[in-house]
Amino acid sequence: MNQIGIAEIKEHGLTQSEYKLICEILGREPNVTELGIFSVMWSEHCSYKSSKKWLKILPSNSPRVIYGPGENAGAVDIGDGQAVIFKMESHNHPSYLEPYQGAATGVGGILRDIFTMGARPIANLNSLRFGAPEHHKTRHLVAGVVAGIGGYGNCVGVPTVGGECEFDASYNENILVNAMTVGIANKENIFCSTAKGVGNSVIYVGSKTGRDGIHGATMASAEFSDDSGSKRPTVQVGDPFTEKLLIEACLELMDRRLLVAIQDMGAAGLTSSSFEMASKGGLGVEIELEKVPQREKGMTPYEIMLSESQERMLMIVEPDSESQARKIFEKWELNFAVIGKLTDTGHLILKNNGELIANLPIDPLASASPEYDRPWEPTTPQPIIPRDDAEFLRDPLEVLELLLRLPNLSSKRWVWEQYDHMIMTETVVPPGGDAAIVRIPDTQKGLALTADCTPRYVHADPEEGGRQAVAEAWRNLTAVGSEPLAITDNLNFGNPEKPRAMGQFVGAIKGIADACDLLDFPVVSGNVSLYNETNGKPILPTPTIGGVGLLSDFRKHVTIAFKEEEENIVIVGETLGHLGASLLIKEIKGSFVGPPPPVDLVNEKKNGDFVRKEIIEGNVTACHDISDGGLLVSIAEMAIAANIGAKISPPSNFLAQAWAFGEDQARYVVTTKNVEGLLYRASKAGIVACCIGITSGEAISVSNFGERKVAKLKKLNESWLPSFMNG
Amino acid sequence: MKIAVIIFPGSNCDRDTKKAVAQTLGCPPIMHWHADVELPKVDCVILPGGFSYGDYLRSGAMAAHSPVMREVVGQAKKGILVIGICNGFQILTEVGLLPGVLMRNKNLKFVCRKVWLSIETTKNIFTSRYRKGEIIGVPIAHHDGNYFADEYNLKMLQDNDQVVLRYVDSAGRRGPDTNPNGSVDDIAGILNKGKNVLGMMPHPERAVDEAIGGTSGRRFFESIT
Repeated sequence: MNQIGIAEIKEHGLTQSEYKLICEILGREPNVTELGIFSVMWSEHCSYKSSKKWLKILPSNSPRVIYGPGENAGAVDIGDGQAVIFKMESHNHPSYLEPYQGAATGVGGILRDIFTMGARPIANLNSLRFGAPEHHKTRHLVAGVVAGIGGYGNCVGVPTVGGECEFDASYNENILVNAMTVGIANKENIFCSTAKGVGNSVIYVGSKTGRDGIHGATMASAEFSDDSGSKRPTVQVGDPFTEKLLIEACLELMDRRLLVAIQDMGAAGLTSSSFEMASKGGLGVEIELEKVPQREKGMTPYEIMLSESQERMLMIVEPDSESQARKIFEKWELNFAVIGKLTDTGHLILKNNGELIANLPIDPLASASPEYDRPWEPTTPQPIIPRDDAEFLRDPLEVLELLLRLPNLSSKRWVWEQYDHMIMTETVVPPGGDAAIVRIPDTQKGLALTADCTPRYVHADPEEGGRQAVAEAWRNLTAVGSEPLAITDNLNFGNPEKPRAMGQFVGAIKGIADACDLLDFPVVSGNVSLYNETNGKPILPTPTIGGVGLLSDFRKHVTIAFKEEEENIVIVGETLGHLGASLLIKEIKGSFVGPPPPVDLVNEKKNGDFVRKEIIEGNVTACHDISDGGLLVSIAEMAIAANIGAKISPPSNFLAQAWAFGEDQARYVVTTKNVEGLLYRASKAGIVACCIGITSGEAISVSNFGERKVAKLKKLNESWLPSFMNG
Repeated sequence: MKIAVIIFPGSNCDRDTKKAVAQTLGCPPIMHWHADVELPKVDCVILPGGFSYGDYLRSGAMAAHSPVMREVVGQAKKGILVIGICNGFQILTEVGLLPGVLMRNKNLKFVCRKVWLSIETTKNIFTSRYRKGEIIGVPIAHHDGNYFADEYNLKMLQDNDQVVLRYVDSAGRRGPDTNPNGSVDDIAGILNKGKNVLGMMPHPERAVDEAIGGTSGRRFFESIT
């Protein structure tokens, strides 16, 4: 049996030196089942072997953090004995192969990470990136992914309240589907995955194990090529109905404190869940494979251990609690099987009908998991493009029309109306604003939620782009009036074995770490997705940031919509007219040339803290951060949301186009009834703020340039996506 | 007024409905698991929204065969009030308490948004606290809300004043752009002949709180007391 050839090692995604290490650990050659287990445990997806070294520099602490990275999800104290638990995770490769199921199971997986910890999921978000609209697969992928996310989230009954959806040719054959779930738990009742108690039962609950998804984790750890379609069978099939039952059963079990530890069977299924639980507890585990509920006959131990069938959990329960636990799962009509027990041997022992199938030492396998210091090269800084003002002399209102109907700026209503964003009846601010707000059940508190990244900035300058992604999430949370708490990061990059892609990863991490540090905004959970390349072409580096903020009184929030006519419009933050890597420069020069706008974190914090205080004190009636497309786009979005126009006067000493469309950071547009008070408090706090106009009428008018009806801008903004999808 | 909310495997608006009943009527309903023996004695049963049994066979088809539904049908025939919201409406058509069927939305997509409804009749208990012709905004969230009834049943519904809600725009006008799912005659909600059973696709439980979704759904609950 022990004849493992070079081909088999390669097929399992292991290198020769990794194989040698396996033999050293075991003191013998592994059998095929053992090789399979090593291959998934040491896959990039499960072991983080290329990224570990760099992830360590991310700040993950604050007085509020209860659990940082390393658990199923991060947990942050929100007072009153409660914690918010959240994480974002990618399902990129499966979603490209089979968009509906790939995206659906992405949602299912991240939901399990959250309720595994004892939290009831209260909101979902997602960050989607597709190829160029003109690419022949894009429409099919958008339709499938959106339907899949909706199909799963709508059925389990968790509202999908926010996210982003963008297009770029670099994602043509490698789309990104990042899903985030947020849950609420009692602080005293958070569950971990650390196995405890020799002799305790190892229990399998949920769906039966089938042959789907075998080697999904290994697939997610390699580049794609033209024959990737043949990998479709490695995509799992989701069953949101069973997930819904599993949520209710697990929460009931936790509520009755019948549980020692619990872990979902995600990537690498039974292998990684049993392994990780025992490893964390410093124990051994013995599993009898014939007791695992199976969907089909004749499954081999290899298949059982590596299946990624969905909606399954592994639990540790004291033998005395077994029968009570079983009753709960029987009520919810779910499988419940005692498949093994915890031991003190420190070994994972697999038996099938009494026959020894595998015997692996847990600690050595876990601690010897490879960690690479991959060579990387810094990204060459983009030269500053000398500005030839003559090139920019275009009618700002024409440019505005152009930008509002760009795929990436167009309204994503077509997407989020396919998601039930209201179920649970706590959604205070639905999708479409800076951050969504959900009320925390039975309280006056609220959570603000957002997902952000500007990949073209990261591409131009990974460190500045990483910083900007964090700053924008922080700003979006601030712009609704919340106090930013913490983030989860989903780092989507190319092949780490290529120094350029690795350099983008390293740069982005440094930028993220810097911003998290200064904004006091720790990373509490996350996921790394590497090898996002097809035929050697990498995606734009995309470190998606999922941010969570707290409102102590949810009623003291603002939205982006103008509220009334004749209110003053104020920009907070300094406008310099930075055009590098902006949407305007793309329109003028044909590509995103130049460096991205620099992020000054000190100003970012100062301006944000000021805006938040003004919102909470009720001095501001509407607020919107200034990001993609610049100031005039933000104003247009505020107008469109309210159907109220604005009269704007650009300063005379400024190139109007740079003023209107520059993408300088740390800025907000706010409206107020008392402009003198606001400007006075700003100047006292050393904040740059100036009044640029008033809300008025049914059109946006810019002095010296004319006006555009808000209704017309709204139509331009809302019609691109539906007409693209119908086309 | 005793109210029971039935929970099927896959119901997911049960908790929202419970909250809405408690909020509008001041007392929480009985939450009744579908498989538990004997339906408690109540004046009103609510079948909440969701995806009972995953909607895998056909929306509401499996739940219609749950033992509790035999009791609900029996009690309905004796005159207790029954309200089916969204998936609950689908179950009521499957079990035969209401005529017609709810098919996949015309554009084949799930749709979640606030829609405008016109109160078509108030000659029944469920809409007794609304004005006839009143226009209210209430959310919908469904994949299978495309109501269809054959000519005979449709005429019966119209002639007996059983069409209780229609999709309109904010000014009360009907038209293809205001109907979100393609339902026949713009129907959003209907009554049975005895007018003690109501089925509606919109979610009134999502419109009982000023801070969240407004309060235009409150009177559906207030009307039954």
